[in-house]
Parts: sequence; C-alpha cells; structure tokens
Amino acid sequence: MSKSIDTKIEYPVDRRGALKLFGFGAAAATAGVLMPSDADATPESAKKLIEKLSGTASYKSGKVTLKMPDIAENGATVPLTVHVDSPMTEKDYVKFIHLASEKNPNAEVASFHLTPSSGRAEVSTRMRLSKTQNVIAVAVMNDGSVFRAARQVKVTIGGCGG
Amino acid sequence: MKYRTLYICTALLGFGLVVSCTPIVEEMTEVEKRAADPRNKAYMVGDKASGYVYMTSQTRDMQDDDIANPAFTWVDLAEEKWSKVEGKAGKSCASCHQDVNKAMKGVANKYPQYDPESKKLIALQVKINRERTKRMGAKPWKWESDQMLGMAALVKLQSRGMPVNVKIDGPAKPFFEKGKEFYNQRRGLLDMACANCHVDNAGNMARSNVLSQGMINGFPVYRLKWQKPGSVHRRFIGCNKQVRATPYKRGSEEYTNLELFLMWRASGLNWETPAVRN
Amino acid sequence: MARKPRVKVPSSAKKGDVIQIKTLAPHKMETGQRKNKKGKKIPRFIINKLEVTFNGKPLVTADLHPAISANPYFAFFNRVTESGSFKFVWTDDKGKSITTSKSIKVA
Repeated sequence: MSKSIDTKIEYPVDRRGALKLFGFGAAAATAGVLMPSDADATPESAKKLIEKLSGTASYKSGKVTLKMPDIAENGATVPLTVHVDSPMTEKDYVKFIHLASEKNPNAEVASFHLTPSSGRAEVSTRMRLSKTQNVIAVAVMNDGSVFRAARQVKVTIGGCGG
Repeated sequence: MKYRTLYICTALLGFGLVVSCTPIVEEMTEVEKRAADPRNKAYMVGDKASGYVYMTSQTRDMQDDDIANPAFTWVDLAEEKWSKVEGKAGKSCASCHQDVNKAMKGVANKYPQYDPESKKLIALQVKINRERTKRMGAKPWKWESDQMLGMAALVKLQSRGMPVNVKIDGPAKPFFEKGKEFYNQRRGLLDMACANCHVDNAGNMARSNVLSQGMINGFPVYRLKWQKPGSVHRRFIGCNKQVRATPYKRGSEEYTNLELFLMWRASGLNWETPAVRN
Repeated sequence: MARKPRVKVPSSAKKGDVIQIKTLAPHKMETGQRKNKKGKKIPRFIINKLEVTFNGKPLVTADLHPAISANPYFAFFNRVTESGSFKFVWTDDKGKSITTSKSIKVA
C-alpha cells in the first residue's frame, strides 16, 4: 500500500500544469501532502521560543518529567503529562510550564501558569504531532531558574486510514 | 602450514558453536506488548478480542475515563436533546420514553432489525429518524450529524457492559447471510475482502496500525483520526476506499446487512459504546 | 444547541488535600493548516485560553496554540483549603467564552 492511498494528490491535466509540478515550491502546493517548508519549526526555533518564554537561555536538567508514548497511536491526539518535583509552597513553586515542538508547523504548543495553591506541579493534555520529533517541556520556578526535559515521539503513517 | 589451516578451521568451528548456543533474546513486538496488558482480559472472550486490546495503553486510558473521553460531549448534547420538545407534535423523546437509562437499556442489541414495512433491515439511525419524523413531526437528522452521533451513542451507551447478543434468525436470516457474503467477498483494485485483514491478519501490522478483528462493539467510536465520533457505516466507507473499492452509502442495504453480520461476529464481547480508537 | 464542556471535581475533600481536576472542552481547534476542497486554507479558529479561578482567586491559566488536539483536555491539581466554587472560562480566537462552575465541600 503506497502513501498515495491516504492522501489526495491532484495531478495536473495539461502540460503547463505538468511543468508547474516540477517548478520550485509548486510541488508542495499542488500535492495535498504536507511537505516540510521554511515555515515549519526546527530544533533552533523551538529553542529560541523556549528562551523567549522562560526569559533565559540557561537551564538545568532534572525535576521535570515529560511523559509521552514512544509511538503515537495517531499524531492528531497524543496524550502527555508534565510533572515537576516541587513542594509548591509560597517560597518554592513552579510558575510556568512551557511546551514546544521541534518539527510541527509551529513551535508553540501551550503554556501553563500555576500558583502555589496548585499543590502539585503536574499538568496533562493532548497535542498534535505532525511527524516524529522531540517535544520540549520546561518548568520556570518562582526564583527564575529553569529546568528542561525532552522526549522523542514516533509518529508514523498507518496502513489502514490511520 | 597444514597445522595453521587446521587451527583456523577449528577456531571457526568453535566460534560457530558458541554463537549457535547463545540464546537469542527476542524483544516483544508492539502487538505482543499490548496483548500482555492485564487490562485486556475483560475485553477478550474465547477467540474474540475487542478493538480495545489492539490500542496503545494511552488510548485505552482515554476510553476508561468518561471525563477524558471526548465522545461524551456528544452524549451530553444528546441527553439535552432527549428532553427537548421538537416538531409539530410538541413532544420530546422523553414524552414517550421517559428515562433514557431505563427505556434504552439493551436496545443496542435490537438493531439492525427486520422492518416489515420496508421488508429489509433498518439500522438504529433509521429508527431514530422514523420516531422523529412520524411521532414528533420533527426534521430528520443526517447520519453523521452531531445530533445523530450523540443520540446513537447515548442510546447504545445504555447497553455498555452488556454482552453483544443480536437476533439473526427469523426474517433477519437472509439479510444476515448477505452480510456474511459481503464480508467474505473480494472487492476493489486491491481485490481484498474484509476477512483478508480482519480474519487472516488480525494482530499483524499494516505499517504502523495494528489490524484488529474488526469488532464493532464500540460504535459510534471516537476516532483519534477523525477527532470526533463516527458511525460504523462511516468506517465501512473508509475501509472500502482503502482497498480502492467504490463505497456504498450510509444506511445502504449492503452496509446495514454487513452491520448485522458484524454484530453477530462480536457476540459475547461487551458493548463499549462510545469507544476510543485510533 | 452546542456541545458543552465537561469538568470533574471531587464533590468533597479534607482541608489540605491535593485534588485532581479534569476538564474537556468541545472544540474543533482548527489549526489554520488544513485546506478546503478548493485548495484554500481554512482559517485558524481555536480555544486559546483556559482560566481557572477558585472563589475568585486565580488558580491556573493555560495558553493554548493550534498544536493542542481537538476537544482540548486539560487536567491539573489544586490544594484545597476551604469550601467554594471553581470557575472555568474557555476563550476562543473570536473573544467568545464558555463558562462553567463546580463547587466543592471542604471539611
């Protein structure tokens, strides 16, 4: 079964159209397949986004656990849980949890603003993944320190409409 | 010189022996890992396994928690509709049926059923629309509309946990046989029958999908791919398109007969509507 | 008639308990990447914010982007110290909000 079963590819009928097909950039436009373009996120743009959101380029590892499946059942809905080791008191709490994608059309995913009354620094949600990639999670503490975790999720094309 | 050759041969033989005696540890395949989950025991009856068993544990988590299962926002909508007066007769579903939990218990096993009026099988969706148009004087709902998906899910939800047990005798028998014939008939450019995947290859992988036995005890299902619930006829359309066969219409005789056959095939498994699948 | 959000909050808890709250909002979360049959991009339309308050005090806020799946699910925790009401406000790109509340008895 080839990839064309799932995706709708419009073949140009006339010669001009056929020439267009081989033109730069036009290939992506005429095909219904999502092709990697300049606009997609990259590990660099994801890193820059995280720096912008957390206010610093320096981070430590540890404290943050990003739980995601190894293989996504379907890229449209991938569950995730971010847990941060923190007592969540007025003096020591997680202020923000940011998520970023390294290969989606956009690097932004979600940002969560917690308070000491959260009691437990853990959030769960579901995200879309356009292809196999790393997902980055950072926790910004009330003292400004940042902790980071990353996880690779495999996203593949299913064989029967999946 | 002779001794050197002999020495090399012995060394190679020795190496070969060592290698052949070393046990090769095979990692569990994805399918085996999923099948080994103790949660799955309740979803298997004899040789039959619900689609639940073939999903990843995260997908099963979504089904196991009604709050986490997005299909329930459609069920909630249907619950509101149940008590809403609609149509010229000034009635709601509740006007005749009262409590949905009591009135609709076990109804999942009653459709598709033989209809003496049209002399063929009718699916649950057809019956719902009949009640709406004839008894309520209200507009019928489209097969795949939010209202119909919600109502079909709400009705079948009342049978959740009960074993699938559908009637295939009496006037339904010839239609059941037609459904069985359809299931085993090759079609499309790929020249494949439903049985080729769901009987011959259940448990194997089609690229990254694990092929299930094609049991329909969870429909309407919330399909991660569709990001909304969908009817079993919608799934049939998808399956037929995948083998490059011209699909039939929702509510067609072919699909309604097939639905009855598949319900019989799932006998013994529990209803899981609204299930969560890939 | 539109679909409504679903929220799960325990009905009662002891003072100091850390409870889990689960929320599910009905929304397509149109990414802005899909194309219609004519090849034109379908404009983005998502829920971009969820604000949760307890007895009027901010508890948790989520800023969401198109990478969040349809029918956004969000679960988080709260240390309860008094009885009261949680208020959940989901806001979409057009500025429209859906609101729901759930109360809890804390002994």
